[in-house]
Amino acid sequence: MKIGISSTGVAAESLADPRFGRCSHFAIYDTADGSYRFIDNSAQSASGGAGIAAAQQMIDEDVEVILTGNMGPNAFNVIKGSEIKVYRVGSVSVEKAVQLFKEAKLEAISEAGAAHFGMGQGRGGF
Amino acid sequence: MELTIISGKGGTGKTMISVALASLSGNAVKADCDVDAPNLYLYYGGDDIKKESFYAAKKATIDSRFCKQCGLCESVCRFGAIVDYKIDHVNCEGCGACVLVCPEKAITLKPEKSADVYLTKTPTGMLSRAKMTVGSDGSGKLITQLRQNARKFVEDDGLLVIDGSPGIGCPVISSVTATDLVLLVAEPTLSGLNDLKRVAELCRHFGIQTLACVNKYDINPQITEEIKSFCAEQGISVIGEIPFDDTVMKSINELKPVTGYPNSIAGIAIRKMWGRLSDILETSRQKRLKELDGGELD
Amino acid sequence: MNLCVLSGKGGTGKTTVSVNLAVLLQANYYDCDVEEPNGFIFLKPGRVSAEDVTVDYPVIDNGKCTHCGLCAKACQYNALANTKKSVMLFPTLCHGCHACEIVCEPKAITYSRRPVGVVEQGDGYGVHCMRGVLNVGEHMAVPVIRELLKGLNPSKNNILDCAPGTSCNVVNTLRASDAALIVTEPTTFGLHDMSIAVELIKQMDIPFAVVVNKSRDDDTIIRRYCDDNGIALLGGIPYARKAAEAYSNGRLLSELPEYRQPYEQIADKLKEAFAWN
Repeated sequence: MKIGISSTGVAAESLADPRFGRCSHFAIYDTADGSYRFIDNSAQSASGGAGIAAAQQMIDEDVEVILTGNMGPNAFNVIKGSEIKVYRVGSVSVEKAVQLFKEAKLEAISEAGAAHFGMGQGRGGF
Repeated sequence: MELTIISGKGGTGKTMISVALASLSGNAVKADCDVDAPNLYLYYGGDDIKKESFYAAKKATIDSRFCKQCGLCESVCRFGAIVDYKIDHVNCEGCGACVLVCPEKAITLKPEKSADVYLTKTPTGMLSRAKMTVGSDGSGKLITQLRQNARKFVEDDGLLVIDGSPGIGCPVISSVTATDLVLLVAEPTLSGLNDLKRVAELCRHFGIQTLACVNKYDINPQITEEIKSFCAEQGISVIGEIPFDDTVMKSINELKPVTGYPNSIAGIAIRKMWGRLSDILETSRQKRLKELDGGELD
Repeated sequence: MNLCVLSGKGGTGKTTVSVNLAVLLQANYYDCDVEEPNGFIFLKPGRVSAEDVTVDYPVIDNGKCTHCGLCAKACQYNALANTKKSVMLFPTLCHGCHACEIVCEPKAITYSRRPVGVVEQGDGYGVHCMRGVLNVGEHMAVPVIRELLKGLNPSKNNILDCAPGTSCNVVNTLRASDAALIVTEPTTFGLHDMSIAVELIKQMDIPFAVVVNKSRDDDTIIRRYCDDNGIALLGGIPYARKAAEAYSNGRLLSELPEYRQPYEQIADKLKEAFAWN
């Protein structure tokens, strides 16, 4: 099966990107042969709907699992509709993220995070 | 950390406050996202270390060599952008409907240059800015690019100050998405309150942590109180009340942060505000570090 | 005649000047700053009627849809996503262009309308006022501006209070205009942003003049620019804290005795400059 990981770079050692819609690259890992392929995130510079476009890209790549830091509500709703499973990763490398997934050490993302990965969901500061 | 400064209404003092806060923070990276009226760079000297053409919206172009003047394109265009087999650049929204229907394949969508994008190295940190081609659109895509360019220079514990534009449309939406904190600059006028409510609603809609300050608060103490009540209702902390101060006009004309004038009452109030703001930024930063480090189940 | 009042920079006094001139000249007032309209605060129109501004959006018939994904690919705005089980629409991103309908082979797409804003109108101070208000969260102001401008009365003088900036909101308003009035302030920023507006207006080949708001004793910075460039400067509206306070409370400045005169002078010069009917 294929796993999509939001990535800051084009190597297995690159850090996973906590953002989904605007990460620079996606790593596509194939469990069949342990290979990595890196693609540009076509949604990166979209003025609107980056999360949607990134989600569409994952669907079109036929991944069954996505590893990322945070997924906003638009992307999340698209992925939910597709039955792809999403898991949360922290600041680890892409290959470490895959390893953690295989060891069942990752938490599933069961609801959308803050839109656009802001902080605080509109709560006042202080 | 990223701080976006917006106001809804124009002329409330966003840029003046952005400059002051950036100065107080030390070497904050700056992004001037008020791309229709970019004033930030006037304050800073510095050298442009990068200049790039920016292509925003796509626009349709008709190749007259292949055009058979069947008029099918004009009939599908919803924006009145095709007249006499010519594309109206202003009305064209780059949707591609005409491209899809042209039997001669005479129409293509081409990215149109809308701005020059700069990275300017100032004595107090990098400035990311753009100069629009006149009549072009300050689209969300441009703002996103400016922010991306700026981010590369922000250190782990550093700050990116984003000076936003007036309004609540596309450019403002792109200034507040994926930012860590929004600071609303309010002016105590009925117009200012009206506009503040709408931009606050926008921030709430996108779920972004929002703070506020009232500039020139003593022009109308009653409306200042109304603003504070509104913010309290919305869970928006008011972290500063800045008095009207003639020194501000002086500081703008001398192109210096108002906090550089030791006796300026506005400067003093902004310093106080910065104290509160930097605490909030630090708290948020610590929180985010914890969240990012997570992701591994025991 | 349609007179567009713009500035480049926000907060210079477009609305202040627009509403006061509208009252003095008894012209119609159109608030085209649909993202943040404020004109009605000053003109206080009564008996305001409202009409929704609506745009098309696609409705996908799941029975006919084959989930081929061509619609999502054709959409330039990422408003459609094909999950291969259904097609999802994100309405605020949709421009209503119908490209999706064009590529849909099973003809599974029809259209409904959804509101993106309102156009309101009423009468205040003897002025017929209209405004557009964009719904918060909508990305695109232009459909609301266009709908508002459809209400322009060709047989009257109309003042179009423009959005700040120089992008498509402003361009769409300028396109409906016969003349333009730039409102600036005597500061470095005012001048800087005014010159951007001047460039735009010149490109669109529209006759224009300038007025200086929040004028101080020394407006040289603006005067010099206008002289050097052969631009008509109609006059200045003096800055005073009293004016700022009146404005803050939604009062028409031209009601203050000391402001009646500068506004009347500008109104007269305006009539001259644009051979006003």
